[in-house]
Amino acid sequence: MVVDKLNDADLDRLFQAFADATRRDIVTRVTTGEYSVSGLARHYAMSFAAVQKHVAVLERASLVTKEKRGREQIVRAHRGGLQRARRLLDAYEAIWRQRAERIADILAQG
Amino acid sequence: MTVISSVKNFEALSFTLVAEFDAGVERVWQVWEDPRQLERWWGPPTWPATFERHNFVPGGEVSYYMTGPDGKKSRGWWRITAIQAPHRLEFDDGFADEDGNPVSDMGTTHGVVTLEAIGDRTRMTLMSTFEAEGQMEEMLAMGMDEGLNGAVGQIDAILAGSRVS
Repeated sequence: MVVDKLNDADLDRLFQAFADATRRDIVTRVTTGEYSVSGLARHYAMSFAAVQKHVAVLERASLVTKEKRGREQIVRAHRGGLQRARRLLDAYEAIWRQRAERIADILAQG
Repeated sequence: MTVISSVKNFEALSFTLVAEFDAGVERVWQVWEDPRQLERWWGPPTWPATFERHNFVPGGEVSYYMTGPDGKKSRGWWRITAIQAPHRLEFDDGFADEDGNPVSDMGTTHGVVTLEAIGDRTRMTLMSTFEAEGQMEEMLAMGMDEGLNGAVGQIDAILAGSRVS
């Protein structure tokens, strides 16, 4: 249940996505509603292309989804991806709970 | 009840677990210090751990593997960043390749373990933070928790399936 379920590549993408302030801000924004990439770009002192790159990183980490609507690209929070990030933490916490129980068992044996 | 509390901080990708044990601080320290005891609890029963190197000093390196039911080996490493026996241990913990070398761009965790005496029992507090390799300081400097704090309620709402406008 531990290592076999944690996909290394998934983890890496998740960490990469969370490691940048702009990307964290984008996730924060899109959890409150949908944004177009150009709408997002207005909030940052960087080029449209740079914001598009950040969105692509978040998309690869399954934290947001991007969908074409007319000439706009609409960005939304990816429910499943956010849930997965939370499940990752849940799984890790469960690992440590079990470790604590095993430590107690060892101590009980003297 | 061994585990007293566990607090998860989703936006900081960290959690704090508090457990109490019916043993003195020196005895609990041994389950970390002695690799033969450590390998009795680090891996789950189906993935027992074998510690090949356990250099339990500041800056020391630890390497281990866990063996799965099908014989598959999963390797990991620690780097001890601080030790104050028998009360405090800090270490980075990550995955390794087949030769035991750290996988550099993989996520690692940083653990801080403290042991304190509560009468003749011991309270162990573990704080564990996920971090991208080498990026923990950057994350803190950028105020990761502040940055996402406001979003947590909204994320909860989304996960609950409600519409947030």
